[in-house]
Amino acid sequence: MKRIALTAAGIAVLAALPVLGDNYLLRLGTMFGMYAVLALSWNIIGGFAGYPSFATAAFFGLGAYTGALLQNAGVPMPLAWAAACLAAALFAAVLGIAILHLKGHYFAIASLVVGEVLLEIATSWTDLTGGGTGLNLPIIRISVDAQARLFFWSMLTLGVLTLALTWAVASSRLGFGLQCIRQNEDAAAMVGINTTLYKVIAFTLSALFVGGAGAMYASWVFYIEPPDVFHVLTSVKPIVMALLGGAGTVFGPVLGAAVFLVTEELVWRNFLDIHAAVLGLIIVVLIFFLPRGILGLVRGRPAPPEGAAPLAMGREAQ
Amino acid sequence: MSKILALERVSCRFGGLMALSEVDLAVRPGEVLGLIGPNGAGKTTLVNVITGVYRPSSGRVVFDGRRIDGLKTYQIARLGIARTYQIVQPFPDMTVLENVMAPAVFGPHACGMAEARRKALEALEFVGLGAHAHMRASELTLAGRKRLELAKGLAMDPKVLLLDEVNAGLNPAEIDVALELIRRIAERGVTIIIIEHLMKVVMTLCHRIAVLHHGAKIAEGTAAEIGRDPRVIEAYLGHRYARAQGAEVPRG
Amino acid sequence: MHYAQVFINGLMLGGLYACIAVGFSLVWGVLNVINILHGTFVVLGSYIAYFGYAHLGLHPFLSIPISGAVLFVLAYLVQRGLINRVIGAPVLTTLVLTFGLDLLLNNAALLAFSADYRTVQLANPLGSKIVAGLVLPLERVWAMLLALGLTGLLYLVLVRSKMGRAIVAVRTDPEAAALMGVNVRRTYAITFGLGALMAGAAGSLLSLIFPISPLNSGEFLGLAFVACVLGGLGTVPGAMIGGLALGVIQSFAASLIGAEHGLTVAFVLLVLLLIFRPTGIMGRKGFE
Repeated sequence: MKRIALTAAGIAVLAALPVLGDNYLLRLGTMFGMYAVLALSWNIIGGFAGYPSFATAAFFGLGAYTGALLQNAGVPMPLAWAAACLAAALFAAVLGIAILHLKGHYFAIASLVVGEVLLEIATSWTDLTGGGTGLNLPIIRISVDAQARLFFWSMLTLGVLTLALTWAVASSRLGFGLQCIRQNEDAAAMVGINTTLYKVIAFTLSALFVGGAGAMYASWVFYIEPPDVFHVLTSVKPIVMALLGGAGTVFGPVLGAAVFLVTEELVWRNFLDIHAAVLGLIIVVLIFFLPRGILGLVRGRPAPPEGAAPLAMGREAQ
Repeated sequence: MSKILALERVSCRFGGLMALSEVDLAVRPGEVLGLIGPNGAGKTTLVNVITGVYRPSSGRVVFDGRRIDGLKTYQIARLGIARTYQIVQPFPDMTVLENVMAPAVFGPHACGMAEARRKALEALEFVGLGAHAHMRASELTLAGRKRLELAKGLAMDPKVLLLDEVNAGLNPAEIDVALELIRRIAERGVTIIIIEHLMKVVMTLCHRIAVLHHGAKIAEGTAAEIGRDPRVIEAYLGHRYARAQGAEVPRG
Repeated sequence: MHYAQVFINGLMLGGLYACIAVGFSLVWGVLNVINILHGTFVVLGSYIAYFGYAHLGLHPFLSIPISGAVLFVLAYLVQRGLINRVIGAPVLTTLVLTFGLDLLLNNAALLAFSADYRTVQLANPLGSKIVAGLVLPLERVWAMLLALGLTGLLYLVLVRSKMGRAIVAVRTDPEAAALMGVNVRRTYAITFGLGALMAGAAGSLLSLIFPISPLNSGEFLGLAFVACVLGGLGTVPGAMIGGLALGVIQSFAASLIGAEHGLTVAFVLLVLLLIFRPTGIMGRKGFE
């Protein structure tokens, strides 16, 4: 009940941004929506299933290019966004079948390198993607203010959808099964869980809205280039956000996205050339002082062995 | 003879090592079968073959009239074969109750969360862990975790339950409790295969005993028959002791 | 004849890759940590060689002891102070931590040295020699020989020295090693330091061949990954074979489809290997 009230309050504050604020605040709100989508999505495979995925950048870039190419081919923007969601999900399903049998470091590397390969393909395939010079998107013929509002609401909607998906996963058999897989995959199979299927579903869901966010981002900034949308930090930041808030929880990633965004924004505005270093510092502080995230701190449960992520969903699932 | 589970000439090879060779084994519905043998005899490998963790190199495994070798672990579990692990395998960060809910939710009689909760509580009461339902599984004592394994097996409501050394590491008092539990599970009509080191357990509980040695089945029969079998004595106690004993067997 | 030249070029490249990969592999195998810092360690080695030549006139090959020692000390301290605390933590924790440390170190390098690409221009280069129709650029030949020599030396240290045997014991079974009186934490730190030492030495050797910039660290890290998985993780011969194989493959890829695709080919190869043969071409089971 308290949680629902907090969520409603949070959405109300965000919804007030267009009324209160200038375009800078709207931009921040849009970024928050995007970060929440990325962090919540990663949380499904990384937090719930415990598979250290670094594939977010691959899904994001794939979505961005799918959306951009379709829009340039004359497909209406919302349809292009939907198609980007599906393209990323489909890609994740196939990729998942191929690499989800790997464990630990091997899975992490495979998922990371896939993004790099897509980056190289996007850079080399000049005929399709414009290569290293990037790709322009159709200009939207509405005022700058209206655009700011449009993308703010779109990204926020996507964020709420991802939150709803996360909640649905956490309170279903799927979420329970993923929790079992994270804690002991062999034992999970022994109690009758189709571990391969569950992992592939989780990986697919973790790509779905990231693809959409990539396409929205492309439409929003009008111009994409491979090193921007396939940047490895796009894979790392969502992990940091999810860990910051509390991985494996429903609301942790949202909280983490907000805290991360504020920190990043302060740094961007004031110390541009140490942006990476500050992110590095946040990571170090996070690992040593907040191993269970902010929610873990609030709930104050004892730290589990081997620093495993906390679990809120089991209780919510009942 | 009706069989619920049968291994037919099952071999399992790892590189040059023959972990199981040509093992035939049949279990009747409701039977309690003991599986014994020295360390490294292939007992756990046999459980892993039945549950689909390993695929046999040759031979067939038939469960309830259906061939199951080649099926995945989760498929076999859903058909109604549950196991406990020699080294307990709980979901460490979940509560004891959630641990036992998992097999109820995903096992052969898959059900919703509320129903699973009811079944899990029942299984926990049965094994005497009802009071610990909301503890984290990793906080249980070893004896508690062994009983948790049993409860997880029961919550699947299996046709066949494979117990891999559920008594290892327990003290005599704890073993007596566990024995009583297994007896009561058998009374419910569950077919049980017990893998054991402790002769006391096998002798008191099992209708029939099979002996594995170096991956091959060397004997099968009632407790009394097994106790007299010179090959079994040799496998356990060595050559010289067997000859000394073996000399008596023909006379007796 | 052309292919023989491409092959030789690949070997010259591959020797350096082996030297980069072997330290990375050692740390991965013994500590079960993927050290994202490794690429930046290589770059720092190159800068030491660069400044050593620019200010002291020291030949980059002669800077190897300095770059090796500096990086050993740096890495030893980083390991003792930070990474030792997360040994045994889940993969995600150690990966994200070394990633964060790399962001810090690489950013510091960017501030200190800028992103500009620098090259070492020797006053008296050795030039090239033509043997049986094959062009052998002598600096590259020496760099490869030194790289392989250092890799071999590391192997000898691991097999023969007391410290090396302690490292191998810890890799096999840390608890048993501790029972036998090995200081496991210190061994971890020394291993991490040795890995960085190899990276620094490789950086010195590379300074004559590649342009130097902190922006290159990702590429070196990627190459180390691929060489490791290619050769099978956790052994010196594996890293050596993986590095040489990767060099040859890249060299052929460059001559067939263009030099700019060298890294792409390496990464595609890595993905295929991970999907179909995660134990490497040697078929040895790696450490998870």
